[in-house]
Amino acid sequence: MSKEGLTWTVYDADKLTQAEIYGITLCDLGEAHPEIVGLSADLARSTKIGAFGKKYPDRFFNFGIAEQNMFGVAAGLAKVGLLPFVSTFSAFASMRACEFLRTDICYQNLNCKVIATHAGTSFGPAGSTHHAIEDLSIVRAIPNLTVIVPADGIETARAVRACLDINGPVYIRIGRGFEPRLYESEDYEFEIGKVVELRPGTDVTIIACGVAVLHAVEASTIMQRDDGISVRVLNCHTIKPIDKEAILKAVMETRRIVTFEDHNVIGGLGTTVADVIAESGKGCAFRKVGIPDVFTTVGYPEDLQHYYKIDTDGIIENIRELLGLEFEADEDWEDEV
Amino acid sequence: MPITEQEITDLEKVARKLRRDMIDVTGWAGGSHIGGSLSMTEIVTILYWKYLKIDPKNPHWDDRDRFVLSKGHGGVGHAVVLANKGYFDPKLLEEFNHFNSPFGMHLDSLKAWGVDASTGSMGHGLPQAVGMALGARVRKKAFHIYAVMGDGECDEGSIWEAAMAASHYKLTNLTGFVDRNHLMIDGPTETIMKLEPFVDKWDAFGWKVRAIDGHDFRQLADSIDFALGYNEGPVMIICNTVKGKGVSFMENDPAWHYGGLSAELIEKAKKSIGED
Repeated sequence: MSKEGLTWTVYDADKLTQAEIYGITLCDLGEAHPEIVGLSADLARSTKIGAFGKKYPDRFFNFGIAEQNMFGVAAGLAKVGLLPFVSTFSAFASMRACEFLRTDICYQNLNCKVIATHAGTSFGPAGSTHHAIEDLSIVRAIPNLTVIVPADGIETARAVRACLDINGPVYIRIGRGFEPRLYESEDYEFEIGKVVELRPGTDVTIIACGVAVLHAVEASTIMQRDDGISVRVLNCHTIKPIDKEAILKAVMETRRIVTFEDHNVIGGLGTTVADVIAESGKGCAFRKVGIPDVFTTVGYPEDLQHYYKIDTDGIIENIRELLGLEFEADEDWEDEV
Repeated sequence: MPITEQEITDLEKVARKLRRDMIDVTGWAGGSHIGGSLSMTEIVTILYWKYLKIDPKNPHWDDRDRFVLSKGHGGVGHAVVLANKGYFDPKLLEEFNHFNSPFGMHLDSLKAWGVDASTGSMGHGLPQAVGMALGARVRKKAFHIYAVMGDGECDEGSIWEAAMAASHYKLTNLTGFVDRNHLMIDGPTETIMKLEPFVDKWDAFGWKVRAIDGHDFRQLADSIDFALGYNEGPVMIICNTVKGKGVSFMENDPAWHYGGLSAELIEKAKKSIGED
């Protein structure tokens, strides 16, 4: 069992790198964009938006533990020409404040950015009250809203910068801040709505988002070496709008697709990809892996990722199973996978 | 500035016109939230005809005062105000509630001209108004924000979250009103979910509170003048009103929260309101 989660204390909390990158990025943007304001609901430290508040105390507002009001206030701020960044845990952004996000911000198509932290099971020991395994399913059904799931802190910085080009609401879903780094630098092609192909491959395609992307890359390397299997890895950082073109290209070129996400298998990345495949009429072997529609258990994130098979071992296991599956184009429905 | 007798006479005339228009729209629309629109008529009349710094020819004017109808179901009452102020051709109201109309029972700020915030779901307007008031402060703008709530709406937790924030941030550029008509869909507020002691609640949440007769223009003017001069925090004006005010057969009858009108009832309602 991993003990990673025990290696920090409250005194280290401000030094954590990945989520901190978001805070630093926002501070940078704040200089060029005096219209940016930061909002927190008693989680300024946890969500790292506190860094912005320290630098721009007149443009930062804490609302206490009152998320509904905070999202309504964000709409009001956007209405009078400011650019609010609202930060809280994903569970609260997508559920406690859902109607305020939907009706006040998205219905009015306001230029407002939501940074939803501690997503999926990244707040492992906190348990299901603080795990957000439903948020993608909820928020991607809201019109006008762009939904992004960066793979690490570097990509979070890219997403935070890129979302300024969208004149409308954006939901950026990130982890707790302990996630290992995938990218070495910001020097790569990032475009909202376009996947990043991290590994080429011809036998099977992994489509992943968030913390599962790094594991997918590792799995691809291992399977090439040990199994002689060529595994394509697509970092699908934008859930909405989804990159249909890249998904269909993968269907046609590899005929096997597996999705991995730190989210319920209902309504998240896997479902979004499945929609694209089903509407295309193209046949392929397909599996979606994530939280299997259960309330998640307690544990350190690494252990939970292992348990729900979205870590490297789980990804390899799933791909080996998928490779054994066949699909057919004939009319014999008795032997379909 | 104290209100004059002439102003009061003029405002009363406007209010009668607005009420007759609400009755017409209710007929065209097939039904409306007429009871709560009639109860807030004097509040919106004095705001739009005496206090709001607005330019109907330039509805997105950056420095305009903002009006947020937190009780968004008063849409029909707000729409006739905007039509009479010249934001759009009043003939458009004949399509109210019809397919693809800019106007449904809860007004959409992206479709209905002059609407500063889309509202309809209860408890969403005051938080947005708080955001506008904070935003004015950040942008060093002098505009004022007026938010009108329903009394039943104050059952919503988000109203009290916003109330805390408004007093915490000492939002002197925000004035709230509650259309205290004492009725909600299922019956009297005090039977369904007790609000009293209502003044004490707002007071405890850090607002300076005035409780007045919400149909009396003199009391409304005095209270708004007080609010605009008060510099220690937000002011709440609790306006005691009568649901269905001005139409004798609707007054104090919760059945008229939402309803349609036959030609005969339209005639009767207008007669009750009075011609000019």
